[in-house]
Amino acid sequence: MKHNIIRPYGDKSGDGKVQLSFTLPVPPDDWGKEAAKQLLKQMGFEDIIICGIRDLHEGFTHFIAYAVTPCSVDSSKIKVKKVDTPVMEMEEVDEFIKENIRRKITVVGACIESDAHTVGIDAIMNMKGYNHRYGLERYQWFNAINLGAQVPCEELLRRAREENADAVLVSQVVTQNNIHIHNLTRLIELAETEKLRDKMLFICGGPKISHELAIELGYDAGFGPGTYANEVASYIAVTLAKKLAQKS
Amino acid sequence: MLKLELDPDMQKRARKAAASIAGSFQWLFDDYSSVTIERTVLRLLGIDGATEDGTPYPNVVVDHLQQRNALLRGAAIPLANAIIYTGMSAQQIAEEIAQGNLDLTKTPVASPDKIFQVLDELSDKMLKHIAKQRETREQLLQTYGPRRIPAIYVIVATGNIYEDVIQAKAAAYEGADIIAVIRSTAQSLLDYVPYGATTEGFGGTYATQENFRIMRAALDEVSASEKRYIGLTNYASGLCMPEIAAMGAMERLDHMLNDAMYGILFRDINPKRTLLDQYFSRMINAYAGIEIQTGEDNYLTTSDAIEKAYTVTASQLLNEQFALLSGVKPEKMGLGHAFEIDPDLEDSFTYELAHALLTRELFPGYPVKYMPPTKFATGNIFKTYLMDAMFNFAGKLTHQGVQLLGMMTEAIHTPHLADRSLAIENALYIFNAIKSLDENITLVPDSFINRRANQVLKEATEFLERVEKEGLFKAMERGEFADIKRTENGGKGLNGVFRKDVEYFNPFLEKMKKELGL
Repeated sequence: MKHNIIRPYGDKSGDGKVQLSFTLPVPPDDWGKEAAKQLLKQMGFEDIIICGIRDLHEGFTHFIAYAVTPCSVDSSKIKVKKVDTPVMEMEEVDEFIKENIRRKITVVGACIESDAHTVGIDAIMNMKGYNHRYGLERYQWFNAINLGAQVPCEELLRRAREENADAVLVSQVVTQNNIHIHNLTRLIELAETEKLRDKMLFICGGPKISHELAIELGYDAGFGPGTYANEVASYIAVTLAKKLAQKS
Repeated sequence: MLKLELDPDMQKRARKAAASIAGSFQWLFDDYSSVTIERTVLRLLGIDGATEDGTPYPNVVVDHLQQRNALLRGAAIPLANAIIYTGMSAQQIAEEIAQGNLDLTKTPVASPDKIFQVLDELSDKMLKHIAKQRETREQLLQTYGPRRIPAIYVIVATGNIYEDVIQAKAAAYEGADIIAVIRSTAQSLLDYVPYGATTEGFGGTYATQENFRIMRAALDEVSASEKRYIGLTNYASGLCMPEIAAMGAMERLDHMLNDAMYGILFRDINPKRTLLDQYFSRMINAYAGIEIQTGEDNYLTTSDAIEKAYTVTASQLLNEQFALLSGVKPEKMGLGHAFEIDPDLEDSFTYELAHALLTRELFPGYPVKYMPPTKFATGNIFKTYLMDAMFNFAGKLTHQGVQLLGMMTEAIHTPHLADRSLAIENALYIFNAIKSLDENITLVPDSFINRRANQVLKEATEFLERVEKEGLFKAMERGEFADIKRTENGGKGLNGVFRKDVEYFNPFLEKMKKELGL
């Protein structure tokens, strides 16, 4: 097999084995099982094994399956839009700012609009951080202002203007009915109306946020799940330093 | 049996400090009321529904009185006065006010005797209805037998009450004992309760009286066929705590998230407003036999679960003392805590056991509520499922009152039907597998678990004594709770708090206090 063709690996190279689990509104019997198989066939799977059938009641059944996909991916055709600034540790970021920017960077962050979940913004901004990686409040060269949850877009922008912020950090955790897209769009539109969009970096984060999505929505950068404060801090510091260099 | 030896003097000191902190707010409970308390009174006197633009009639009436500076005696007296003058029902009066056909400050004044008589009759009628709901619950529990320990508690959160019903029934048939309908994410900051059945919400379903009724009926159906009483939970929190408690009391909800301080810390609601509203809402819950539940898990999702373990204990003790002031009995206090220690830490489970036992033994006979891992649930569903199993193991081994099941898809999406089902399968397997394990084991003398539990208790005691000395509001101002700073006059909803006139009257407050022996 050519090394640039990527296929799922079960226990042999390129065997194409994947595991699946899904729920159908069918009874937990042979008829329901056949429905599950046909669905997988339509998805292009082969060698379908329905190995688990669980009655979920109220007319639903949960299927667990293994199957072989005929699909493959050409490795030369994979392109990922992601934040490509180098990632530094906290001390290195502080050192970098001290040398290249020579003043504290002000960041105003919030979880906006209806979203009441601070877990994301706290992981990045609070002193404590997450999983032994300190948050921006701990950085000597960051002035980190965390406004918390359910902050209206207007309020976040007002504070950002007041503090003369270098960057605005927005977290969106709730994504039901794409509410996060709606909220993030609203913020960026308001920022444009208020002529703030180009005065500071706009960065968003959350479980369903990618850099690609962020760019699409008009942000400078986006960070998905598992991001630590130092990644965000590195991005902000390096990007601001570049902007400074361009100006001078 | 796993049994701690908790320092009895330390327990006494902790409770004494907590009682003194809670007791220092008598001035607030005695002399103040809020717009949502008055709207609650109106709801209990029979006003329901909303105008065409969605403003609930209780809001229409309270706003009407407030605009005319006529709310200081409470909403009950002006309403009763209008009932006497017009001969209309409370509901008709609210509708007339909304139409602009009636001004409560311009109706001729009836004699106090007549006013009190009207209020006496109307409040008796409602209190009888609520008492009957309480008796129905007690009767059903007697018929079907007591609740499982720990009770299996799962969440539905589709945003659509009819979809919620499907998922709740499926979960109940699989073994869930309690269904919580999560509210739409911004509802806590609405200063009104939406009306009617709702089919759109974000991260949850709006708490409305009609939604309560729909879900209660669905769960009664499962209870009858499964011969197991299925409890229903909602959230008496945010800016409408007592109104939601009243709706739950009317529709026979069985549990209410009803924390004394959660709104202040985690929703930035004004401290005075929150403490005042929780006082009356908990009294309604106490009267209705609704089990309250508290949100201590939130302290651990924002701070380190080992370092700040004492804040959970301190909050539990404060919640207990505030609840006692509202007449809630210990057997109806579902004080909260959570399994949130970093799983990469050596002996993380040993720590969890110590904390779980501490809660269990500090509050014997209380239906304490144990919350699952969420902070370290990262999207690796297989790892999260395993952590949930360890959590279920700890919950069963230490006899927690309520086990809020973890979902392996935590941090990914609101639970799918199959996620919930797998969580119930996980819990049922473990609960059955270690049914009598606790009867066979003991802690070794001077165990780490015992030392750790006593250390947390000591830290909580010292913390509460500091807060007692300084005052709760001052301590909050300095960020002593959950590292969040809140000021006495900051936050949302303060303009809805008012000092009562000497003639103020709330028939439900008076009667419930009497009934609850307060």
